[in-house]
Amino acid sequence: MTDTLLSVRNLKKHFAVSGGLFKRVVDHVHAVDGVSFDIGKGETLGLVGESGCGKSTTGRCILRLIEPSAGEVWFEGSDVTRMNHDALRSLRRDMQIIFQDPYASLNPRLTVGAIIGEALQIHNLSPTRKAMEERVVELLETVGLQPDHLFRFPHEFSGGQRQRIGIARALAVEPKLVVCDEPVSALDVSIQAQVINLLEDLQEKFGLTYLFIAHDLSVVEHISDRVAVMYLGRVVEIAPSRALYETPLHPYTEALLSAVPIPDPTVKRKRIMLQGDVPNPIRPPSGCHFHTRCPIARPDCSERDPQLLEKRPGHWVACHYRG
Amino acid sequence: MAETLLDIRGLKTWFKTDDGMIRAVDGVSLHLDRGETLGIVGESGCGKTVTARSVLKLIDMPPGRFEAGQILWQGRDLIPLSSEEMDKIRAREIAIIFQEPMTSLNPVYTVGNQIAEVLSQHQNLSKKQAMQGAVDMLRLVNIPNPQKRVHDYPHQFSGGMRQRVMIAMALSCKPKLLIADEPTTALDVTIQAQILELMQEMKDKLGMSIMLITHAMGVVAETCQRVVVMYAGKVVEEAPVGALFGNPRHPYTQGLIRSIPRVDRAAAHRDRLEAIPGTVPSLLQPPVGCRFAARCKYAMDICVREMPPLKEVGPGHRVACVL
Repeated sequence: MTDTLLSVRNLKKHFAVSGGLFKRVVDHVHAVDGVSFDIGKGETLGLVGESGCGKSTTGRCILRLIEPSAGEVWFEGSDVTRMNHDALRSLRRDMQIIFQDPYASLNPRLTVGAIIGEALQIHNLSPTRKAMEERVVELLETVGLQPDHLFRFPHEFSGGQRQRIGIARALAVEPKLVVCDEPVSALDVSIQAQVINLLEDLQEKFGLTYLFIAHDLSVVEHISDRVAVMYLGRVVEIAPSRALYETPLHPYTEALLSAVPIPDPTVKRKRIMLQGDVPNPIRPPSGCHFHTRCPIARPDCSERDPQLLEKRPGHWVACHYRG
Repeated sequence: MAETLLDIRGLKTWFKTDDGMIRAVDGVSLHLDRGETLGIVGESGCGKTVTARSVLKLIDMPPGRFEAGQILWQGRDLIPLSSEEMDKIRAREIAIIFQEPMTSLNPVYTVGNQIAEVLSQHQNLSKKQAMQGAVDMLRLVNIPNPQKRVHDYPHQFSGGMRQRVMIAMALSCKPKLLIADEPTTALDVTIQAQILELMQEMKDKLGMSIMLITHAMGVVAETCQRVVVMYAGKVVEEAPVGALFGNPRHPYTQGLIRSIPRVDRAAAHRDRLEAIPGTVPSLLQPPVGCRFAARCKYAMDICVREMPPLKEVGPGHRVACVL
């Protein structure tokens, strides 16, 4: 394996739930509940799961946009969770994020030039105004926009174009790691393909490392080298994407894959229908979090926590009875 | 030949705005037979939702208006009907469910009250009978513990359960046609699979037809018998589902199908996606010729000059392309 760029160790984030007359903390949502994984340099790790599984919170904790409750995030030899304000600021040059909603993540009062230029200013990357403008134009061209878009405002662009602006902003500081948080989920399929192709090109050109967070399994499979599947705050399976899709080991992964509709009416598959909804993350089920919906659960699944173990080379799974 | 329930002919639903007339639906013809599931696919702004809402006359007028065309429901044109006459069609003959169940349910009434209201408005029932009817409907859509849940408010249900409530409400008067406008778009894949299965089950039980509006080709492939593809306010292709996916004729349909990553094809992993370049044209001043010409790789001179009519290329397979 190549050099590791990012190591996440036992990351936890518990959000306090307050209630009652004095808004005391009455409970905690275990949004991220002990997540560990590594990402190699130049690799794309996909993080999939359904709403509320903690995938976005994991991404944000890595950048410390949300303060993690416990655990370590090692990036190039230093622990991000223990960095002070200044160290964090310089770290943000190396780690960037692209958000799902290109409408909400661009300041509507700034021109595209100012939005992208802001990052250059903060990190003192352009000595003169002219140099900055040239750099922004270069970035716009890199992501497939026109130089004259510089003076326009976000509302003048379509969703796909706005996502390109978000990507240009992230690339402005020449990051090593980009956390892509559902970058194509809000886009139409034909535009989605454009943005995925762009992300792949940029990775090749600049040697970027991606943490690609999405709920769409087919998109994640397409873009990722390895995929981690999350359920209720935990990673249940992690494997090279081909192995994960061809021989999923965890029953949740299996059910998730079988639920994806295939755009081909001649393909008939056996669908594993999961009963019920995802349980409440305030009181996740004991033992294996999935046992309440698992088709192969046995009595002891509700008692023992399964560990994430390497059952096949590079293929890790947290299940007592699979692999 | 099966009995035609709904026959839309040359429908034009336009919207007046400060910038001019938006031709959201611009000459759409399609039909739906008894017992059939018809899919209407296309990307944001293609007019699929406006077409569906036009059928029930749920378009605000003004700014909207029917510029031309007929909507024949069992041979009777709905466009000239008064709102009292439409009330007799809605729910009893044609019902609709929407993408976001939370915004279409009233948050201050219990779901039982809301379903009972539909029942008592359209059938002569006592309060008690209507409430019992609501319980029966919740049981029909497989909501566990219906006697108790009937007294719950919408926010006490999960997304998937709310969509079940919406379906229960829509089906309470046993309509002949259910229009489902992106019914699973806001749901996770495992919940989506549950809802699609429920719709199929309801269709078989009640013998109704479904008009499924969606942007997801996978959902269409797995649930529909016939498909209409829309682009920029026009129908570009219409075909039985097998022919549409097996032999798509319109370059836009081909592009749509090829731009989706597929989980079932590991061999295709990391191949570049075939993105459709460019974006959807403005409906304020749509191009005179084929609306897809600007993004089409096969476009010729004639495509820019003339709008190609729909022509038959196979049994039930029609396409609007000169090729």
